Amino acid sequence: MDIGLNQYLIVAAMLFTLGVLGIILNRKNIIVILMSIELILLSVNINLVAFSTFLGDLTGQIFSLLILTVAAAEAAIGLAVLVTYFRNRGSIAVEDINVMKG
Amino acid sequence: MSAAQVFFYLFSTVMIGSAFMVIAARNPVHSVLFLILAFVNAAGLFLILGAEFLAMLLVIVYVGAVAVLFLFVVMMLDVDFAELKQGFLQYLPVGSLIGAVVLIELVLVLSSWSASSASVGAAGAPTPSDVSNTLAIGRVLYTKYVYFFQAAGLVLLTAMIGAIVLTLRHKPDVKRQVIADQNERDKSDVKLQKVPSRAGV
Repeated sequence: MDIGLNQYLIVAAMLFTLGVLGIILNRKNIIVILMSIELILLSVNINLVAFSTFLGDLTGQIFSLLILTVAAAEAAIGLAVLVTYFRNRGSIAVEDINVMKG
Repeated sequence: MSAAQVFFYLFSTVMIGSAFMVIAARNPVHSVLFLILAFVNAAGLFLILGAEFLAMLLVIVYVGAVAVLFLFVVMMLDVDFAELKQGFLQYLPVGSLIGAVVLIELVLVLSSWSASSASVGAAGAPTPSDVSNTLAIGRVLYTKYVYFFQAAGLVLLTAMIGAIVLTLRHKPDVKRQVIADQNERDKSDVKLQKVPSRAGV
């Protein structure tokens, strides 16, 4: 079977599903939730690069670059919030995280 | 099977497997290491697709910076991870149900979808044959998409400032130089002392 666009899209869909599943299953562990978000963004990147290759347009790769930027920024901010939260409360349980409401 | 097919199946299988281990591993350090494995395999997929620049970027930026950042945070925080793992089995039935539904829907849509033959015929290579992928990206990134490029820089600047503001803290018992106080000091507060040579104070 030749490797076409559909194979890449299905791989990306499986990765996306695993990311969503990780958010649902590890509801208490915010570090794994952040990693699941990274997985979801990676699957989006695979989609964009696959479309870019098979439809002959470089824009997909540019967009993928921008998504990488946003994902890196999101990881940095998320981990900074996490560190501050841990310093203040001594745990990273997400259940009582609504105390952050002002 | 050609080499490209073999490597496609190899990279995608390892990537999906390690993505599964990211969410299933008991120890978050193992999760981060599996995340690195998933990213490296995704870089391999990008190489097959001909996006060499993005593949290298994924290895350098993600594995080199973001994943190591995760590793630092996981190792620095002293958290009881066994306690955090408790709800895993409780959420497993509903989680796998949702996951199965999403996956089946996506695969059904994607496997029946195909680009029209006209668009496939019209599509050229994303990278012109006479230049490298990096050069092709540079040619459009700094001309056509220069505002997006600037906006990406702004996003990174915001993230940097935000992370510093969030985590910087001044400890109360650490002495710091306060220049205003130094300038304010009166001459009468200062005790001048003559130190004799070779005698000490």
